[in-house]
Amino acid sequence: MCLGIPGQIAAIADKDAKLAVVDVGGVKRTINIAFIVNKDHSVESCVGEWTLVHVGFAMVRIDEAEAAATLALLREMGEYESELDNVRQAVA
Amino acid sequence: MKYVDEFRNPEQAKALSQEIRALASRIGRTRERPLQIMEVCGGHTHSIFRYGITQFLPEEIEFVHGPGCPVCVLPMGRVDDCVALAELPNVIFTTFGDAMRVPGSKKSLLKAKAGGADVRMVYSPLDALQIARQNPYREVVFFGLGFETTMPSTAMTVLQAKAEGIPNFSLFCNHITIIPTLRAILDAPDLNLDGFLGPGHVSMVIGTRPYEFIASDFSKPIVISGFEPLDVLQSVWMVLKQIAEGRAEVENQYGRIVPRDGNPLAQKAVHEVFEVREFFEWRGLGSIDYSGVRLRDAYAAYDAERKFKLPNLRVADPKSCQCGDVLKGLIKPAQCRVFGTQCSPETPLGALMVSTEGACAAYYRYGRIDTSGLAKRPQSNVTEIAA
Ligand code: SF4
Repeated sequence: MCLGIPGQIAAIADKDAKLAVVDVGGVKRTINIAFIVNKDHSVESCVGEWTLVHVGFAMVRIDEAEAAATLALLREMGEYESELDNVRQAVA
Repeated sequence: MKYVDEFRNPEQAKALSQEIRALASRIGRTRERPLQIMEVCGGHTHSIFRYGITQFLPEEIEFVHGPGCPVCVLPMGRVDDCVALAELPNVIFTTFGDAMRVPGSKKSLLKAKAGGADVRMVYSPLDALQIARQNPYREVVFFGLGFETTMPSTAMTVLQAKAEGIPNFSLFCNHITIIPTLRAILDAPDLNLDGFLGPGHVSMVIGTRPYEFIASDFSKPIVISGFEPLDVLQSVWMVLKQIAEGRAEVENQYGRIVPRDGNPLAQKAVHEVFEVREFFEWRGLGSIDYSGVRLRDAYAAYDAERKFKLPNLRVADPKSCQCGDVLKGLIKPAQCRVFGTQCSPETPLGALMVSTEGACAAYYRYGRIDTSGLAKRPQSNVTEIAA
């Protein structure tokens, strides 16, 4: 919950609602990107970027190296699978 | 050094370790009166245990595991309130998975679910909102929990619920804030801390400025730290360097994630939706002034505490558990009288045993190879203290 997980923004799902599809370890899910967009950084410009995702919200933009390091850290801490399971948890 | 090979840069870790030792001997503490550094955040606690970071530190440096695991500081009375909400006939109670096994005075949410209550694990508050959309004739309550890291997400979800006019969604707000908590820790007379590792992801939201009082009012150094083992080591080194040079400042080791001003958009959402509570109850620490938030009046319709009648009782922690002493750094987890016996990750008595970010759970999992503090204050329970 507190460590978050890095994901890469794959597509914009809903521009007005600031929802994007993010790829987290191969799992795709819709997240909210309202906290990382502003007048200098549009919704569209997020596509392809890496972000740290906490409970379904993109909280900060990160570079690819940071994303890779954080993923490795989560794996080593044994948090990766459980976080991914959480992300996977689809709402039926 | 069992784990050193797993460091992405073992050479750097060794070099830092040497510099830390040099600084520590310059400061000149002893193992009897060690330098105490509190890692505020449960993520750091986990990292420290996972990588056995104390083996890189000399004996005269000791970690005090702070209160920064939101699940761990949830008082029993609040868990009872959760269970009461979940057991209401028309309610779907939604929660992060971490909170499922936290014991209440009678049962956990997991037990309530087994007993027939409609408790559902969600990844995001947005999922809870989605459940509310799909079940317009049911009341969907989301159990909001966490420090400033998760607070903006909950705030944004409430804003969304209001914008869409979803009447059957409400928030049981248990969000807590780190700054009053740190102040309470610093004000405590029985505490003897020399410095802090500041939380990484809370700071990503609030920035580094709110910590300035720690340096200015209490003359203690604080270094905002990342979670990599090297981050933690480097942050310890930075704290020590401040002490050795007679400085007390807020420094940021995690600049790649934490901007000085935090995330203004996230702060705005939080400010719009939440206001400070006069006090909030913490497990093991008692009541701390201004340490929690609640929904503002404008969002009363989304406040589960106003929408439903809650028992809202204060429940004392079980006598045998010493979570408060662990949280204050007065004892190490393994020194709790029920550690590993009545209290284990399978049957947690205290919340520190529930989450992987809780000091007791971390100690249980990795503690047998970690000698942090134990050699200095030997106690029963732990048999495998590495020589
Ligand atoms: S061992 Fe259990 S009861 Fe004792 S401090 Fe840890 S969590 Fe609390």
